[in-house]
Amino acid sequence: MAVHPKEQRLILKYADEPGYTTDIECYEKHGGYEMLKKAVGMDKQAICDEVKASQLRGRGGAGFPAGVKWSFVDRKSGKPVYMVCNCDESEPGTFKDRQIVHKDPHQLIEGIMISCFATDCAKAFIYIREEMPKGAEILNQAIKEAKEKNFVGDNILGSGYSCDIVVHRGAAAYICGEETGLIESLEGKRANPRIKPPYFPAALGLYMCPTIVNNVETLCNVKHILEMGAEAYTKIGRPNNTGTRIWCVSGGVQRPGYYEVAGITLGELIYDICGGPKEGRTIKAIIPGGSSMKILKNGERYTGKDRDGNEYDWGIEDIPLDYDGIAAAGSMSGSGGMMVLDDSVEIPVALANLMAFYSHESCGQCTPCREGSLWLKKITTRMVHGEARPEDVDLMKSVADQIEGRTICAFGFAVAWPVQSYLAKFEDEFRDFAQRHSKLGGDRTAAKELACNH
Amino acid sequence: MEEKDNLITVNIDGQDLQVPPGTNMVEAAAMLGKEIPHYCYHPKLTIAGNCRMCLVEMGMPGKDRATGEPMLNEDGTPKVMWMPGPAIGCGTKAAPGMHIKTDSPKAIESREAVTEFLLLNHPLDCPICDQAGECTLQEFSSSHGRGYSRFIEEKNVKPKRTRLGPRVTLDDERCVLCSRCIRFCDEVAGDSVLGFTDRGSYSTLTCFPGKELANNYSLNTVDICPVGALTSTDFRFKMRVWFLKETNSIDLETSVGANTVVSAREGKVYRVKPRRNDEVNDTWMTDSGRELYKTIESEDRLLECSIGGVPASAQDAIAEASSVLQGGGVAIVGSGRNSVEEQYALKAIAKSTNASAVYLVARYGEDDGILMSVDRNPNVRGALMTGLIDALPEEQLSGLGAKIDSGEVTTVLSSQEDLLAAGLSEEQLGKVSIVYLGTHRNGTSERAKVVLAGLTSFEKSGTVINQQFRIQKYSRVVPGPGGAIEDLYALAMIQANLSGESFASTVGSIWKEIGAEGTPLAGIAFQSLSDQGQLLDSSAFDHIPFKEGKSLHFEPKQEAVAAE
Repeated sequence: MAVHPKEQRLILKYADEPGYTTDIECYEKHGGYEMLKKAVGMDKQAICDEVKASQLRGRGGAGFPAGVKWSFVDRKSGKPVYMVCNCDESEPGTFKDRQIVHKDPHQLIEGIMISCFATDCAKAFIYIREEMPKGAEILNQAIKEAKEKNFVGDNILGSGYSCDIVVHRGAAAYICGEETGLIESLEGKRANPRIKPPYFPAALGLYMCPTIVNNVETLCNVKHILEMGAEAYTKIGRPNNTGTRIWCVSGGVQRPGYYEVAGITLGELIYDICGGPKEGRTIKAIIPGGSSMKILKNGERYTGKDRDGNEYDWGIEDIPLDYDGIAAAGSMSGSGGMMVLDDSVEIPVALANLMAFYSHESCGQCTPCREGSLWLKKITTRMVHGEARPEDVDLMKSVADQIEGRTICAFGFAVAWPVQSYLAKFEDEFRDFAQRHSKLGGDRTAAKELACNH
Repeated sequence: MEEKDNLITVNIDGQDLQVPPGTNMVEAAAMLGKEIPHYCYHPKLTIAGNCRMCLVEMGMPGKDRATGEPMLNEDGTPKVMWMPGPAIGCGTKAAPGMHIKTDSPKAIESREAVTEFLLLNHPLDCPICDQAGECTLQEFSSSHGRGYSRFIEEKNVKPKRTRLGPRVTLDDERCVLCSRCIRFCDEVAGDSVLGFTDRGSYSTLTCFPGKELANNYSLNTVDICPVGALTSTDFRFKMRVWFLKETNSIDLETSVGANTVVSAREGKVYRVKPRRNDEVNDTWMTDSGRELYKTIESEDRLLECSIGGVPASAQDAIAEASSVLQGGGVAIVGSGRNSVEEQYALKAIAKSTNASAVYLVARYGEDDGILMSVDRNPNVRGALMTGLIDALPEEQLSGLGAKIDSGEVTTVLSSQEDLLAAGLSEEQLGKVSIVYLGTHRNGTSERAKVVLAGLTSFEKSGTVINQQFRIQKYSRVVPGPGGAIEDLYALAMIQANLSGESFASTVGSIWKEIGAEGTPLAGIAFQSLSDQGQLLDSSAFDHIPFKEGKSLHFEPKQEAVAAE
């Protein structure tokens, strides 16, 4: 796949180069493991400081500064510290970590080892989603190769520091990607997220030990920060939104795919890189960061004041394609899974599809998410099968409000945000849809089947 | 309010309150008499935080980020920074200056929301549900629900009668997935057999493959189930709970003395449940202890007194027993199952008859480290404290056998003990006149000259002293069979006949003597004894090598362990 000129490839620099393979010789030929060699000669704190100074933010969804996260780790407990690489990539619309693991596994391993060395972790785990069996195979092979060359394992490169990497295949559920659910799953249990407080991973994580959980892409970035230095790294992108990001574009565009960019706008990605809408279609809305994020409506104006007090007035295409830009437009960049909905999509149907997913993936532990998500699925399924009622629109809003912020983990937001935002932005369409699809007294069998059999 | 000792001051709905560190907000609010409703929280289990019913608004005193100085309101009071979302009361531990709102619009709305959610897929089969009347979901739906439903979809269908084990049946549609039962099995019973399968609203409680919920504590899961999901197979569909009258009692199967509450209606016992005592059994009891009520109506129950195998009135039987005991050569076999009051009366009889020996029959079994102690007699310590015996009893009455063989003993008064089961031979029993006071037919009652039909612990009141030397009382739940006589009354009448002086015949009056000044049980009285019992000074018995090991709230004394 040819790299688009507007792309700025850092993480995926070599991934799609013809002849680039996953074996360690190829990686080393491209300068691989040089940074690990450099790191083991450095002061651990200096690496942490560098990562903090780089303003690297988590690429998994929440966008929390990685260096700050590292500094939270409880060092006083005397317990071992664990590093967990979250490779459960299960947010619909996201497929970036897959590219890294499948095409450049050693980059991830180097990133993990540098991070482990810097934070003095006793052991690293890669929690890879069940549906990436090939990825797990590739990673295991890569770790084996890295061990043979002493990049992983005992007394790494003679530094006296030892750390092993364990690849653990996930339990095939969306919730396994939630930090504490992942930890439970890694411990061999059902992936029920833990309550916080008290179970913050930085203090009581894996096996009740301090644990750092970082996304694949985040850890890869550490290598590059060390390579170019924090100062140069911060020059990529905008302040507080440093580095490149890999965006996964799917849906109604001419060239869906993954694109690593920095410092461009949403419009540049969608229209220039992805070629805009398909022939004869127009873009109706964009879900910017994975299916749980709030939807952005095309044609709307996004106004407000930025941090420095400057007023902005953007169309959807003007939104800066980074954490703060998308947040200013009222959504989040999330995991970078961008879904483009064109005018062929009926929003209520899209919502029904999403609710079917989220109700299926709710772990069932806490009441609002468990019951609310299935109720929303039943309502939306009923709607799209001809049994909509005018009051359903307000009901769905109310149910979503009853879930949001009242659950153990962020899954509650993932259920509520789409409902709230779709209704807020497309209320007329929902009301019109409800009007048109209201055949009360009709045959309910189909709706019942869909809504109630799982 | 000033900080006292290491107490923490929190503010609940505008009221300051000092609580010990670690107190959660559900417990703190309870101290103010406020109930924060909850399903998954249980004071004796770990925090799960999954039901979300106890959501409250929470705030902490604000601190200026730059200076670290406390932020103040205009009137100089600390400025409270309220969290944007509600927090769970059960998982929120007291911190200095913490503020909680339990009755703000947001808190009320949160509870209404959770209540609505819980009722969505609930079958609402209260009319046929055993839990109806004591169901938390029912109560909270009434007090914290909106009173109407917005749900028009089909409810989920789940299994209605799953056998989880020999004594527990699951109605899965009613389950609110609070996980109390799972945590109980993991944390208290030490028998991890329960878990959830499937996801979301289709989550189902189940036993692990090849396992069943069969441990001796399985029925506690039924007690702590806040809804009618886990039901007692024994009690299921037997009785509406609002017809039941509850009486406090004690589980007499071992020396632990778990506190219980017995439910009965119109003279019939329907179930036994644990009663909370944080010093003894927390909120738990054994399954086996709950079965004991079945002895009340068992086939071998002695329903009337008899003399020489011929039915007789209680009065005649008492008179005959008295005259038999006046014949001399008497030995007394008391029981570790007697109440303190009965043991006291037996001691008096031993004195009046100049008995050559007094025995108790020891019963030992496996110790489970929780609520089943080695000593299966509930009241050996009562016999020691009343002076009926002065050493630990033996399991076999070989000493008594020798005395019978030598002709020294010609008359035996046995209270509740089967002498054959305690090692005497039929031949030995044939050599003596036996007065038997007991509840059930056995080899001894069949060979007794006089049988006094006594009462079970459910039919009389009394006290027992458990392994901690805690004296605890149980009260009469139901009347006994018409032909039976209360054990203490029978013993008191016999003693009166033997001594020619009146003897207190009720648990109320006898404590004037047992609890008289200068005695080991001084100051105790049945009426004023707390439902939580009272710990006695046991220092006089430190030398006795009791056999109980460590259990829930009991550590054996070091000297006793060393002596063994």
